[in-house]
Amino acid sequence: MSGLQFDIAHLLAGSLVLASFVMLYQDRLYSLLNVYAMHATVLAMSVAWQAFVQEAPHLYLTASIALVFKAIIIPVALHRIIVRLGIHREIETAVGVGLTMMAGIGLVALSMVVMLRVTPGADALAREDLAFSLSVVLLGLLIMVTRRNAVSQVVGFMSLENGLVLAATGAKGMPLVVEISVAFSVLIAFIVIGIFLFRIRERFDSVDVQALDRFRGERG
Amino acid sequence: MISVALWAVAALLLLAPAGIALSVHPRGSTVLYGGCLVVTLTLAVTALINLLDPFHPTWDATLPVGLPWLGAHFRIDALSAFFLVVVNLGGAAASLFALGYGRHEDSQGRVLPFYPAYLAGMNIVVMANDAFSFLVAWEFMSLTSWALVVSHHREAENVRAGYVYLLMASFGTLCLLLAFGVLAGGGNYDFDAMRAAHPSAALASLVLMLVLLGAGSKAGLVPLHAWLPLAHPAAPSHVSALMSGVMTKVAVYGFVRIVFDLLPAPEWWWSMVVLAVGGPTATMGVLYALMQRDIKRVLAYSTIENIGIIFTGLGLALAFKAEGLDWVAALAFTAAMLHVLNHALFKSLLFFGAGAVLHATGERDMEKLGGLIHRMPQTAFAVLIGCVAISALPPFNGFVSEWLTFQAILLSPQLPSWGLKLIIPAVGGLLALAAAFAAACFVKLFGISFLGRARSPCAAEANETDHFSLGAMFLLAFFCLITGILPGFFIDALAPVSKAMVGNVMPHQVGLEWLTIVPIAESRSSYNGLLVFLFVVICGSAAASAIHRLASDRLRRGPAWDCGYPDPNPAIQYSASSFSQPIRRVFGSVIFAAREIGEMPPPSSAAPARLTVEVHDLIWNGLYAPIAKGIGFATERLNVLQFLTIRRYLTLVFVALIVLLLVVAL
Amino acid sequence: MTTLRDILSQGAQMFLVLLLAPLLTGFVRKVKARLLRRRGPPLLQPYRDLIRLMRKDVVLAENASWLFRVIPYLIFAGTWVAASLVPTFGSGLLFSWTADLIAIIALLGSARFFQALAGMDVGTAFGGIGSSREVMIASLAEPAILITVFGVAMIAGSTQLSRIAEFMGSSEVGLRVSLGLALVALIIVALAENARIPVDNPATHLELTMVHEAMVLEYSGRHLALIDLSSELKLLLYVSLIACIFVPWGAAPADSGIQAFVFGAALYFGKLAAGGFLLALFETSIAKMRVFRIPEFLGAALMLALLATLLRFVSGSL
Repeated sequence: MSGLQFDIAHLLAGSLVLASFVMLYQDRLYSLLNVYAMHATVLAMSVAWQAFVQEAPHLYLTASIALVFKAIIIPVALHRIIVRLGIHREIETAVGVGLTMMAGIGLVALSMVVMLRVTPGADALAREDLAFSLSVVLLGLLIMVTRRNAVSQVVGFMSLENGLVLAATGAKGMPLVVEISVAFSVLIAFIVIGIFLFRIRERFDSVDVQALDRFRGERG
Repeated sequence: MISVALWAVAALLLLAPAGIALSVHPRGSTVLYGGCLVVTLTLAVTALINLLDPFHPTWDATLPVGLPWLGAHFRIDALSAFFLVVVNLGGAAASLFALGYGRHEDSQGRVLPFYPAYLAGMNIVVMANDAFSFLVAWEFMSLTSWALVVSHHREAENVRAGYVYLLMASFGTLCLLLAFGVLAGGGNYDFDAMRAAHPSAALASLVLMLVLLGAGSKAGLVPLHAWLPLAHPAAPSHVSALMSGVMTKVAVYGFVRIVFDLLPAPEWWWSMVVLAVGGPTATMGVLYALMQRDIKRVLAYSTIENIGIIFTGLGLALAFKAEGLDWVAALAFTAAMLHVLNHALFKSLLFFGAGAVLHATGERDMEKLGGLIHRMPQTAFAVLIGCVAISALPPFNGFVSEWLTFQAILLSPQLPSWGLKLIIPAVGGLLALAAAFAAACFVKLFGISFLGRARSPCAAEANETDHFSLGAMFLLAFFCLITGILPGFFIDALAPVSKAMVGNVMPHQVGLEWLTIVPIAESRSSYNGLLVFLFVVICGSAAASAIHRLASDRLRRGPAWDCGYPDPNPAIQYSASSFSQPIRRVFGSVIFAAREIGEMPPPSSAAPARLTVEVHDLIWNGLYAPIAKGIGFATERLNVLQFLTIRRYLTLVFVALIVLLLVVAL
Repeated sequence: MTTLRDILSQGAQMFLVLLLAPLLTGFVRKVKARLLRRRGPPLLQPYRDLIRLMRKDVVLAENASWLFRVIPYLIFAGTWVAASLVPTFGSGLLFSWTADLIAIIALLGSARFFQALAGMDVGTAFGGIGSSREVMIASLAEPAILITVFGVAMIAGSTQLSRIAEFMGSSEVGLRVSLGLALVALIIVALAENARIPVDNPATHLELTMVHEAMVLEYSGRHLALIDLSSELKLLLYVSLIACIFVPWGAAPADSGIQAFVFGAALYFGKLAAGGFLLALFETSIAKMRVFRIPEFLGAALMLALLATLLRFVSGSL
């Protein structure tokens, strides 16, 4: 791999981390979904670039799955759900943005150090790619932890899974694993979204109850 | 030459009892402060001769006092000489200031005897060459400064400050005592013997921790800083200047002497501890300062910030020294030492300014000041220079030392340790935050107290301070500018100190084109304060004269515009608390658990709306309060022992004796 | 000969930035107006404003001190010196070693320090609100830009702007993740520092959300002209800074001939126009933030800058 190809791969992986940070920063559901779509697009670009560089045509399939499902269908579907539930207002973040961002920086630093330390012998691109994907995974978890809203938790989960896909494509010589993991993860995502949908109903009933309590003068 | 220094210290010690007699005399304070001025100048010149001597001599002396088998050893080497310069420069400036300011002191008898003794104590600490003299002088310095802190003992706040200070000073001395105990090992308290001994890594690390606690509590490292913002403002202003500007530097000296000189080569993780304390100290100190409204307390908290910057530099120096990159260590160490000097200069200047304001208005509370630039223009000018310098803005001196520290940080990716790779960028970020907060803090200090309109009658009727005080302030302001625009001379003068402590020196600076400073290589970084200063002055005056000549130089006075809503009431102005409200709201909610409670009256009620702001000191609540509570609890339980019969007391003594004998026997 | 050329190029740079700064502001205003389908003021309007203001009398508030009258000159001198040290059409400036990037930022910090003081001098409520918010914004923007500088300086191995520009123009550098992060951070800081939307609105008055305008409310005549010129210079400085670090191509090296300088100057105009256009486009497509959203916005810049530096620390190749 030449220097420029190497750099572009890095840049795309780094942009994925950046997109995760942008997601951490958003506090409105619509913009969160838009950023998630961007996240998935960056992932698709990254996978496509790997397909081009590694000359592995099956990765183009992975890229197009990411683009179609994650960047278009799922955001649109979530968008509709939000409209139907009428919850297009601010996300209640459990922790402030500043602290979340700080924690995010800490997590990226942690994953960098862990990955670069445990894989000293490996190929430079692979180690740094792995470090980036671990960061994306951890940041996804962080989004899930810091948000109370179920839709944003789903989005956090999906971005986490994007990190896994990034890890799988970055490493050479794992085509089978890639296929399986992609298929598996999409499946998981659908199941989880299904489960979360129930929870969303539950939760928003209870949120309404809290709103009623507040009207009665009890601090919710 | 050391005999000159020792005689000078003896003169200071003699001035102390003379102070008792002089305190009743109307011109007594002039005689005493004049004497102190002469002696401290002598000491400063002596130390400067040693520091600038191209052969870097060390001067030794042994006096037959102290421990009978040891004697008292004194030595002036490069490090001592540098700190002697700092101590006595600050002491001379404070004495000059006090020639004017000290005359207005109410309780002369409580200040005059202790002031020279305090100066002598600090000098002896820096010159001591054995642990016993060091500790005795250290404790002497603490006790005399304590006496000065409680000199205005009728105010309850000062008594509490003195109490907390006494406790923390004893704690610090205890830690240093233990550190020297570990270092001495075989019982030889001479510093030379300690240098020769090679304690194991574990023991050396223990010493580091103890010194960090002992010297750190004196210097005001977070979380051991609690006493500092109480005690420093409580003393008379020239003493506050000494405590903040000079005594914290003596604590830094203690740290450097033990960690860089007496201990063997540092372990790799020591620097992490020092950096992890230094960075947060810088940011926390200045954030605390931003929340205050008492001028002197703002200055005291800002001292904590600057100590944080110094310790960050020292931590970097330790890191590079441990990895054998001694040329970078020299850069970081020189940056720290330059900041020691700079902080002594501008912090003394600012405390003098606060003293002048306090004397002119009787107020330390900024919310009652304002508009002083009209009533005290010269003080305002000097304080403005101090504010610009401490905010690390070019072309003044604060910027130079921070710039050097940043240059050292930029070289730290060369360090192999992973922990340092994580901690140093974070510390760099904290330092950058601290620098920005410092600017905000001093905009507030100067803007609220000196600019705007007077918020109280006492500020409206203030008068300019006396010539001695102004002289001291302008002298320090001049030094701030000189150190800022000609830093090369100061960096070169620090070379022997850095050579002795980290084993290498920064490249020779004086003699470079235009007196530029180049810490590593010109392709990496260079800075020329002189040219920046000249460019700004030339551009500014060229613009002024061009506009005045070519366009318009007419000027009229009119009422303030204020968007059409001018209000003659000075209370309409932003106050100290409202000025820092945005920052309090952004950062304070986590760090100080700050909360704003707004109470609006119900509709149709004419009652005023109220805004209550709660700011908590989480360190005090979380660390000190539980300890104090625990001690209180224990003493209450032990209180019963005060009411025993004589027979029971005897039994207690007897049992204690038997137990001790048993310990010895087994 | 070389010395003469160096002096000429440094002098040309000094007066070029001074002359171009109002034009850039006029250009941004014009593009903004066109994007909103307005005709907009003529391109040269800022020059006319400056000249008109210079000729007018100064009306000084009764309570204003000597500091208030000195500060416009200090701000102007600081900003002008800083702007003259950022490479524009040629990368090798005669005095570039006088102040490195950190010092240039600190110089701008000095200008801001005095500007905040000026806001408090007359003792009005608006001045105080402006100064207080300005230091709040600065308390995040300044560390953000400093840490961005750390990241960039570690990649280039220097804090000297000419060196950085030369290094970035060379082929060694390639695409770096940390550079991308630093670019985003620098753009956010530039928006905040120049009081642009979404942080502050350069076109409003009489609004409680304003920051910069509130501080300079009491200035009039030549003082106001100088302060306006300084903010225009500052905008130019930031556009040049971003251009010099991230798109340094075309700037003439120190020892090149006259063609290279002309070429560099033409390219520099192009960069300025592109920067101004993008700024106008961004400003028209976004709304102003609440004041207490700004810390989050700038905090994001701080975090990105920190991330860029961190990546640089842990891995040499990112």
